Amino acid sequence: MQRGKGRGISFFDEMTGQGGDVRSPYRDYSDWFGREDAARIQRKTQQAEAFFRTTGITFNVYGEDEADERLIPFDVVPRIISASEWRRLSRGIEQRVRALNAFLHDIYHRQEILRAGRVPVELISRNEAFLPMMMGMDPPGGVYTHISGIDIVRTGADEFYVLEDNARTPSGVSYMLENRETMLQMFPELFAKISVREVGDYPLNLLKSLSACAPPACNGTPTVAVLTPGIHNSAYFEHSFLADQMGAELVEGHDLRVVDGRVAMRTTQGYTPIDVLYRRVDDDFLDPLNFRADSMLGVPGIWDVYRAGGITIANAPGTGIADDKALYSYMPDIIEFYTGEKALLPNVPTWRCSEPGHLKEVLDRLPELVVKEVHGSGGYGMLVGPAASRKEIAAFRAKLEANPRNYIAQPTLSLSTVPIFTRAGLAPRHVDLRPFVLMSPQGIRITPGGLTRVAMSKGSLVVNSSQGGGTKDTWVLED
Amino acid sequence: MLGKTAGSLYWMARYLERSENNARLIDAGFRIALTRSNTAAAEWRSVLVTAGQDYAFRQAHQDYHSQRVVDFMLRDPANPSSILSVIKRARDNARTARTYLTREAWEAVNTSWMTLGALLRRQVREDDLPDVLAAIRQQSGLVRGAFAGTMLRNDGYNFSRLGTFLERADNTARILDVKYYLLLPSVAHIGTSIDNVQWETILRSVSAHRAYHWLYGTEISALKIAEFLILYRQMPRSLAFCCDKMNDNLGWLRRAYDEETEAVRMAASICRDRLSRPIASIFDGGLHEFITDFLRANAALAQQIERDYRFVE
Repeated sequence: MQRGKGRGISFFDEMTGQGGDVRSPYRDYSDWFGREDAARIQRKTQQAEAFFRTTGITFNVYGEDEADERLIPFDVVPRIISASEWRRLSRGIEQRVRALNAFLHDIYHRQEILRAGRVPVELISRNEAFLPMMMGMDPPGGVYTHISGIDIVRTGADEFYVLEDNARTPSGVSYMLENRETMLQMFPELFAKISVREVGDYPLNLLKSLSACAPPACNGTPTVAVLTPGIHNSAYFEHSFLADQMGAELVEGHDLRVVDGRVAMRTTQGYTPIDVLYRRVDDDFLDPLNFRADSMLGVPGIWDVYRAGGITIANAPGTGIADDKALYSYMPDIIEFYTGEKALLPNVPTWRCSEPGHLKEVLDRLPELVVKEVHGSGGYGMLVGPAASRKEIAAFRAKLEANPRNYIAQPTLSLSTVPIFTRAGLAPRHVDLRPFVLMSPQGIRITPGGLTRVAMSKGSLVVNSSQGGGTKDTWVLED
Repeated sequence: MLGKTAGSLYWMARYLERSENNARLIDAGFRIALTRSNTAAAEWRSVLVTAGQDYAFRQAHQDYHSQRVVDFMLRDPANPSSILSVIKRARDNARTARTYLTREAWEAVNTSWMTLGALLRRQVREDDLPDVLAAIRQQSGLVRGAFAGTMLRNDGYNFSRLGTFLERADNTARILDVKYYLLLPSVAHIGTSIDNVQWETILRSVSAHRAYHWLYGTEISALKIAEFLILYRQMPRSLAFCCDKMNDNLGWLRRAYDEETEAVRMAASICRDRLSRPIASIFDGGLHEFITDFLRANAALAQQIERDYRFVE
């Protein structure tokens, strides 16, 4: 396999590096693969698809017929990370998540980082996810981001960058777990040969982590529930999967009401209080009395219960400010401010279009840059300069000039590739990585690996599932 | 457990049972339509009435043409009671209650939805109908097996069983309700046997024509058929059997929840007051009156279960 070439940019392949020998983390796998019959692997691929369908690991696409449940493409070639690479990554991730929590606590208390002038005030005051009601609130256990996903990209043997922080409600962990389950079923012999670190204890760790953040009102074993918008939500599979794996109830807004100062769920025997609510519903929809009045997804009055220490909401309301991409560009300063250390994992260099000097440079170099909305997610509303037509670039330029504050720009990264299995053999495709991080007063726990997303079409840099991206099992090797 | 989840398990089971019952009704109707073309329309009509779909059918169609009835009952998406619609609702309820199902149980329901969806994507040709109906029965057998073999015997399981037997009792009673006139003593006087094809249809629609012979030999009498379908406690589709099972399931919940609900009392009363008497006494009081009363009591029990166990607020 050759070091990939596309549009004049060269790429680092995680299996073959610079186009030479197989890199050491992939050696055992590559030996195995070389001896395997391609037809057998092809067959296994089809079995995997059938397995995902019968298990119901599907997602609904907004605006399409509900009968049209889609599968996220799954590729059978694992993405492999060595033990030493992972040690380095996990140290950087842990540092980042600690800093994020310290930052959120500060923003909702004394705002020292703003007073020190390290982060501009308007990045908070104009941030739609900022919740003034959280000012002075102490979430149980002092934890804001119980669950976070730190998106990481690789550009070389020793080059890793954090692409974005997901502190609101990161999704995809069920795919990480089901991908491993699928691989175990399809290729049990591989796991006998190669020592891969376990990921299957995530749900149990999630339960422990959430339980450790129980509110003052809780007595005895905490009752944990997962709040979902319902079966038509695109991530419903994940919500039910996590509730199932934790042995927690899966509730919707209409199952809940405030009873005697607690949020309680309607059971067959009456109302039972909930201690910790892992909500997969956005802040806006949490409480129609205190937030959006037209929301049917939440629980009227939950906010008052929360303030009084009657329930833990995970993640805490208002954590979404950290997902803002303009704020992201300040993460190295934020990490330094709270930890006193340099960031172990670098940010991608980012131009803030709100700053005239930055904007001018971005406009000059539009065809070579990636431009994103500061509040955007899922790969929507972004420009990938090198892949865009002149017309698309011109249209985007107009949007950018009209509202520069709404955008940031980054160089087009030469994302690393990992081979996928195709009918014509192995073929390199671009990937990213979303490790999942749990935080509780007992500490931070990072599941080895995470979710590898892969752009399934040749040359594409967009890995989002809503844009046709697929996933791979991610292996972190034992030492 | 959540009231909503209990409700979803209960409704999932009701819909699964309904799809199987409707497949059986179509099968029985199809046989009679093949062998007696002159009475086919009347027979299809009674099948539709039994399934509670006659009104909706007449809104959409002019006559009881076999192919149209079959298509309407099997796969018309505009018909909320078509097997395709019912299976979809069963699966939606299973998704809602996903956390209470074992992997095997969920996969059986989901696979059933996928398989039948593919099978019923196009209109089913008459030659293929027996195979399709067999596939529907087979899918429900697989779901039943997965439940029996893997589900914890907890409250969720008992709610799903309640749904099954409530729906089944309703179905058997409806068959009797539509066909009761065939079983009236004046028609089946001593010496006159009821129409062979007709009784066979009744028994086939509960998959019990073999069992009847096994039990009663070759003698076919109205009294015996009625006794078989209403009171015979070993027949898994008789009213008495279903009622016993509902009492078992409600009894389990009463003990587990330590709560004597109105539903528990109602189910006990149906068994005691209506189904613990000889068949002759039922005929004396009027078969039709008995069935009408049973259907009403069964429906009232269904409503009471939803209230007592807080399926909805």
